[in-house]
Amino acid sequence: MCGIVGLFAKTPDVEERLGSLLGDMLAQMADRGPDSAGIAVYRDPAPVGATKLSLFSADPDEDWSVLGDAAVHASHALVVLEGEAAEVQARVRAEHPHLRVMSAGSRIEIFKEIGDPRGFVERFGLAAMSGTHGLGHTRMATESKVTTEGAHPFSTGLDLCLVHNGSLSNHNRLRRMLRREGIAFQTENDTEVAAGYLEWRLREGDTLQAALEACLVDLDGFYTFAVGTADGFAVLRDPIACKPAVMAESDDWVAMASEYRAIAVLPGADAAEVWEPAPAQVYSWERRGEASPVTRSLAETGV
Amino acid sequence: MAAIADTVESVDLADVSLRDLNQRLHEASPAPRWHVAHPNGAHAVAVGIDADIEVEVDGHVGYYCAGMNKRATVRVRGNAGVGLAENIMSGTVVVDGYAGQSCAATGRGGLVVVRGDASARCGISMKGVDLVVAGSVGHMGAFMAQKGCLVVCGDAGEALGDSIYEARLYVRGSVASLGADCVEKELADEHLTELRALLERADVPADAADFRRYGSARRLYSFDVDNAGAY
Repeated sequence: MCGIVGLFAKTPDVEERLGSLLGDMLAQMADRGPDSAGIAVYRDPAPVGATKLSLFSADPDEDWSVLGDAAVHASHALVVLEGEAAEVQARVRAEHPHLRVMSAGSRIEIFKEIGDPRGFVERFGLAAMSGTHGLGHTRMATESKVTTEGAHPFSTGLDLCLVHNGSLSNHNRLRRMLRREGIAFQTENDTEVAAGYLEWRLREGDTLQAALEACLVDLDGFYTFAVGTADGFAVLRDPIACKPAVMAESDDWVAMASEYRAIAVLPGADAAEVWEPAPAQVYSWERRGEASPVTRSLAETGV
Repeated sequence: MAAIADTVESVDLADVSLRDLNQRLHEASPAPRWHVAHPNGAHAVAVGIDADIEVEVDGHVGYYCAGMNKRATVRVRGNAGVGLAENIMSGTVVVDGYAGQSCAATGRGGLVVVRGDASARCGISMKGVDLVVAGSVGHMGAFMAQKGCLVVCGDAGEALGDSIYEARLYVRGSVASLGADCVEKELADEHLTELRALLERADVPADAADFRRYGSARRLYSFDVDNAGAY
């Protein structure tokens, strides 16, 4: 099953309350995915020349202070380290091999954990988080283990992440192909393969739009995807559109969710424009400069 | 009696549980008129009614609203999620906004009206229900339809009427593609009469003469050895 939520702030007030609102949305999707929960929030850009990492440790007594000034959220910690992303990640992996890098970039932060989504919202302190936009996921595992690593969102490259409702049938073949292309995998999870696929397409020079359109050709299975980027997010449903999705936009925010009840908790939801995204079409929002802070684009993919 | 009939039972789902509402609607003699506030996308609102009553739901509903409806009139002043009026037996279900996937699925009778668009697979396996959509419908409308009418005032998505047994499909706008064994058919006087009556019942202003009719070519009714390779 699984539940997806996404929220994009159009006002400073919503930015201030982003974590709290995202937590409310996530709690509504708890019974679609009681196994695990996770979020990606975008905020507080790292200084130029530095990289922000979200790290996970399975050790509840982890001493994060060895990494310097770490902001600890339950089993995760955020660190901002001098250096380019690839070099910083390699350094952390070499010096702290027991840590998992959940995300890397300038603005992205990923937190995810097994257990009830409502408990996740409390443990990770979502109510205190601000941000420009964020995605969330509640997981009901169907094809791989219930582990922290198997929870969503999955990182798909710098400042990019993916959440998924559905299942992919050809992930084993795709994983073998992507491993040959140098993409690393940590789990047997199908969504991680979709994330790796996007990472590969983007590395090969695709725009996000083109990479998502390529999913329609190469991924076999059911999916509603939400992809977080440094500036916004994108939504794609497979051409059969078995998996649900609802989108809504008000003057203050743009939201997507597996079901409307996750959107109903947002302020002003009654008056928002609400619609179901069409199959096989990429919907995206992003922040573009000051004059036109929010741009919505909808592209016909023709698949 | 008029005074009683004019009384409206108000239920606010912000205060009352959905189960309480549905149980009250299932009582032997429920009140004749109901107003339901703050549905907030809840699933299974006003399901399984078997009474001559009117229920107005003020807001957006989740999955399976008015499922299995018998005799009652249910109006949704908002959008509806997946499976609106699933397996409706009789009565009327009206949605002012959009309807999610599979609305009126397997419906055996009654009338379902969607004033906005209906998503994929509307009227899937319909068995006698009449479904009138003032807007457009997504892919695979009336998939495996067996009986009843689907009226689409806008456009129809891909594979309309795929694997259709019977049922009459009327579309005013474009049809992206017809599904297996679905073909365009003549719009004769009897169909115009039927369509006019449906549009009037649904209170949808459209000229029946602007529609085209689609239905079953009846080529899939029995096994054809030439199709063996397709199985």
